[in-house]
Amino acid sequence: MNRIGVFVCHCGLNIAQTVDVEKLANIISDYPGVVYATNYIYMCSDPGQDMIKEIVKEKKLNGVVVACCSPTMHETTFRNTVASVGLNPYRCEIANIREQCSWVHKDKKIATEKAVEIVKATIEKLKLDKSLIPLSVPITKRALVIGGGIAGIQASLDIADSGYEVVLVERNQSIGGHMLQLSETFPTLDCPQCIATPKMVQVGQHPKIKLLAYSEVEEVSGYVGNFKVKIRRKASFVDWNKCTGCGLCVEKCPVRVPSEFNELLVKRKAIYTLFPQAVPNKPVIDSNNCLYLTKGKCRACEKNCLAKAIDFNQKDTFVEEDVGAIVVATGYDLMDKAEIGEYGAGKYKDVINGLQMERLLCPSGPTEGIPHRPSDGKIPKEIVFIQCVGSRDPEHYYPYCSKVCCMYVVKQAMLYKNVVPDGQAYVFYMDIRCDGKGYEEFLQKGMEENKILYLRGRVSKLFKDGDKIKVWGADTLTGRKIEISADMVVLAMAVVPSKGVKELARKLRITADDYGFLTEAHPKLRPVESLTAGYFLAGAAQGPKDIPDVVAQASGAASKVDSLFSQDVLYHEPIIASVDEEVCVGCGNCVDVCAYDAIELDLRTKKAKVNSAVCEGCGACCAACPSGAMQHNNFSKRQIFEMVDAFVR
Amino acid sequence: MRAEISIKNTKSKFLDKVEELSEQNIYACYQCGKCSAGCPSISEMDISPSEIIRLVQLGGEEEVLNSKTIWVCASCFTCVTRCPKGVDVAKIMEALRQITLRKNVDYVNPLSIPRETLSQVPQIALVSALRKFSG
Repeated sequence: MNRIGVFVCHCGLNIAQTVDVEKLANIISDYPGVVYATNYIYMCSDPGQDMIKEIVKEKKLNGVVVACCSPTMHETTFRNTVASVGLNPYRCEIANIREQCSWVHKDKKIATEKAVEIVKATIEKLKLDKSLIPLSVPITKRALVIGGGIAGIQASLDIADSGYEVVLVERNQSIGGHMLQLSETFPTLDCPQCIATPKMVQVGQHPKIKLLAYSEVEEVSGYVGNFKVKIRRKASFVDWNKCTGCGLCVEKCPVRVPSEFNELLVKRKAIYTLFPQAVPNKPVIDSNNCLYLTKGKCRACEKNCLAKAIDFNQKDTFVEEDVGAIVVATGYDLMDKAEIGEYGAGKYKDVINGLQMERLLCPSGPTEGIPHRPSDGKIPKEIVFIQCVGSRDPEHYYPYCSKVCCMYVVKQAMLYKNVVPDGQAYVFYMDIRCDGKGYEEFLQKGMEENKILYLRGRVSKLFKDGDKIKVWGADTLTGRKIEISADMVVLAMAVVPSKGVKELARKLRITADDYGFLTEAHPKLRPVESLTAGYFLAGAAQGPKDIPDVVAQASGAASKVDSLFSQDVLYHEPIIASVDEEVCVGCGNCVDVCAYDAIELDLRTKKAKVNSAVCEGCGACCAACPSGAMQHNNFSKRQIFEMVDAFVR
Repeated sequence: MRAEISIKNTKSKFLDKVEELSEQNIYACYQCGKCSAGCPSISEMDISPSEIIRLVQLGGEEEVLNSKTIWVCASCFTCVTRCPKGVDVAKIMEALRQITLRKNVDYVNPLSIPRETLSQVPQIALVSALRKFSG
């Protein structure tokens, strides 16, 4: 026996101007099942809600329809209202007569008729609504952070400082990421070796952080609150427990290969650490270049290791970790300069990328901060910087702005002028986007004090001219073609997601955009969460950004993890799919369409099974099910038919 | 087709000379164009004030010194009061005029003026021409 109450909201004049609310309530009060109908100016206000509560009690209602705005606005409000007087919240339905009626119509008569239909259909749905109870799922209060750059470091420290355990996975042998490669950081010019290494050490020493360096995430299963992660610990061929980090092995290694940390500008050994302040500061053997591992002889490191830490028999091992939340902070790479034909396709030694320039300007870098050019070691007297290389070029490469180049180019040109005062720096730019705190002032300082000459225009081509690089550009402010004979050229290459992030995103079941940047749940209001519950994003993995933004986002992601962990159980919306096993034929359509990996096909019984903690209630499986076995709680096929019936009757 | 700028000129003495005479930092100009936008004499100029400064930044000495603009500028200071970077454009114009004047070039040679014309020229005009346009 239905005892339904209908509450029609005026929404000021938003609804009442176009819909005759009085008439609507009168018509509906005679509808079968309805025991009470009224209207009020603002139903969502305290007096409006109090009225609903009173009437639920007085009339002993077992269902409520509020005819008002979209359910995305106030469904939660009214469900809580009825729940406070003992009615099951899922027995409260919203009839949207604002966005779908009053706002889109002008004629009051027709709009009122339509509103009546909408309310009737909603009543029909309500009649079949079940009383539901939210699902509760336990939470493992441990977090996994993927990526040990400044984003991963900050997120790990913040979560660990809140008292939760963190597993930090980094694929290199040390944390630090690109930040540790930088010369100095804009706009205050403090060196990353000074400001980032204390944080790295904190990570290394933190009792709540389990640092898994030289490791990669292999497999992830489970769902928010209850993930199982399989991590590959890559063979380093060095027993880190025995290794004292003395560095003798590195000294004795006869192999010399280009150093990735130094952006291939100088050589490293086959057994190596990344940099002196590395955390952990232990070497690994590069199995592709080690003489013993490739040709079977040498073992110089083993002979010289006093701690007997070298172990050529080491194999990759796997560890499993249970975590409740995952922060993805996989960072960025620079686009390969070989892709740009008109700028030498990577052939010219003196045409370098931004990170290579960082290494040349870094006081602890291979040239001790004096930018000797790679070809002959001369100090360049005329240096050209080119911005937007590969960025803002939708026709050939990437349409987006790489965000950090404007600022690091000013910084690099400034640092160059500081060490080569009689040199001249030119910057070819399209627009200058220095939008952070203190950034514009930094740029103006570069122009006024360091006399950096900014030329507005893209460079058309670069070519070798003796030991110089000829630069053909333009200055669109005067409309003239510009030709510069440069000693060295720095290309501010587009920022792209770090290698392998697309495969990782697939493993994690999170989404990435066309370029591989991870997608946030909402670009404005949920910027640090992924659409898949339990995953959080930090740093340049989500889009190009500078250090202040990265750190802010990492702390944001960490606080989201904290608020997740502050609950003892997770409540999950019960409006999800469920299977009628009697009807299911095991075709598997539902498994294929599920975007959340929430459905499994039991191979033995040939029946689909919904993991209720993972199901987001999108309804795709119900639409795809040919037999009607898959039904959505409170959105059953029968309910939809009844609603359609109410419309056409 | 406008002249190509070979960037060698930017390190010329010309830019230093302009900065010295005007006491202005030429690089402080970020080419917003507000000076050109408000200049009351711009209709008589061949190169706009902001472009003059850009050419000085790029070392376009010949073009700047041969322009009408630097002589049309009346030093009304509209640009100076409005410049967001505090660049005194009028001083830069004056510096450019000074560079030309200090070359001591004779623009007027009394001997080359035909005797007939000379007899008709007002004396005061002749005196001021000699004062202003001869070295």
